[in-house]
Amino acid sequence: MAGKLKIRVDQDKCQGHARCKSLAPELFNLDEFGNAHEIGDGTVPAGLEDKAWLAQTNCPENAIEVTEE
Amino acid sequence: MPEHPPVSDWVHDFDHTDPRWTENPFPIWDELRNECPVVHTKRFLGCYLPTTYQAVKEIAYDTEHFSSRRVIVRDVRPPITNTAPPITSDPPEHKPAKQLLLPPFTPDAMKKLEPRVREICNELIDEFIEDGKCDAAARYTKNIPVRAIAHMLGIPEKDSDLFIKWIHEILELGIKDDSALMRAVHEMTAYFAGHIEARKNNPTDDLISTMMNARDKDGQPLSDMHVLGSLRLLLIAGIDTTWSGIGSSLWHLAKTPADRDRLIAEPELMPTAIEEFLRAYSPVTMAREVMKETTISGCPVKPGNMVLLSFPAANRDPAMFPDADKVVIDRKENRHAAFGLGIHRCVGSNLARMEMTVAIEEWLKRIPDFKLDPAGEVKWSEGTVRGPRQLPVLFKGK
Ligand code: SF4
Repeated sequence: MAGKLKIRVDQDKCQGHARCKSLAPELFNLDEFGNAHEIGDGTVPAGLEDKAWLAQTNCPENAIEVTEE
Repeated sequence: MPEHPPVSDWVHDFDHTDPRWTENPFPIWDELRNECPVVHTKRFLGCYLPTTYQAVKEIAYDTEHFSSRRVIVRDVRPPITNTAPPITSDPPEHKPAKQLLLPPFTPDAMKKLEPRVREICNELIDEFIEDGKCDAAARYTKNIPVRAIAHMLGIPEKDSDLFIKWIHEILELGIKDDSALMRAVHEMTAYFAGHIEARKNNPTDDLISTMMNARDKDGQPLSDMHVLGSLRLLLIAGIDTTWSGIGSSLWHLAKTPADRDRLIAEPELMPTAIEEFLRAYSPVTMAREVMKETTISGCPVKPGNMVLLSFPAANRDPAMFPDADKVVIDRKENRHAAFGLGIHRCVGSNLARMEMTVAIEEWLKRIPDFKLDPAGEVKWSEGTVRGPRQLPVLFKGK
């Protein structure tokens, strides 16, 4: 069975397009400038894996890393 | 206005103001992309056009060789006088100027504005729904962004016609006619200067006051020049871009009943549909000025030239998007660049997305059945921003 997914937003790359937050509001939050951060430590709760990949493949800046633990 | 000779050799002599480009640029971009990732023309005192997603991305991220001080490709390159920070700013000035504008445009801030935009849409529809037909560009799409931004800035929505005139003079006539551009910029500056003066005695809680109350990193207020520049930017950048985005989406839905019916039956597709309209009909092409010699996707690029940074052409690159020439309203992977890439990402992207979504939703609710009027003619804008400027439709309203 595949391990848990973990997401991380690269702060140097993120430009605040907010695509991640609109696709996966359970996984991402925006700061007052609209830049994204992963919620908590970035561990993706079971059932939200597809949303994590969707956010990753839609970020225009390639700022989202998804790793498998 | 100097006339441009018609283009016969697109690969070596392209012209983004040629009527063929205005009417239907997509096959032209395909032709150019097949030839080379970065093509060049001697027109406009020398200008490059990257046609692939990769080349556009390389340039957008490269602030060392490419400057944003000029963001429109024109026939002339006069000395730089009227700036519009942060769009015309390069690092290191860019970041602090942009940080000031970001908080009022976050998705949360846009949620607060959304009810007013819904009202605006319905007020507009009320005016023509009885007629069974209208020019959707003149009566609907054009008026939504201009009223929304006026509402945000705290200036009278009834001054909209004035703003629309300035935008036309700056972004369309201004490419070839310097005096039209300067006149519009001066009128606009005087208009905003008056509003700034008035707020010095009577502060308000709109975006103009927010800008006036902002402090830079040393705790100093922004100069009136800076505030004026940013206000000019918000007005210029916020209006015909979104007007075009809404217009192209409605144009697509008018001529594609299958997509229209599906969107009505499955409203949960709206977010992917809006992103797909943004990709396929991206309204905005930005410009850069080459400052130092470099290569882009293997092509040499020389200083003294401008670059048409065509996000629309990048978004049609088949190497990046499968079926790039098809509109797929439930496209899942859509890393499109309609709002730019890198540090100059459009400040108003959350506003534009909200306005497009609301404008299409409200239209479909009240006018689910509509088509292009065969007796009329669709006309597209020329130049930097692409969208329908005349969009005659027939409908059965509700
Ligand atoms: S989609 Fe990418 S660039 Fe946009 S906010 Fe999310 S991480 Fe940042």
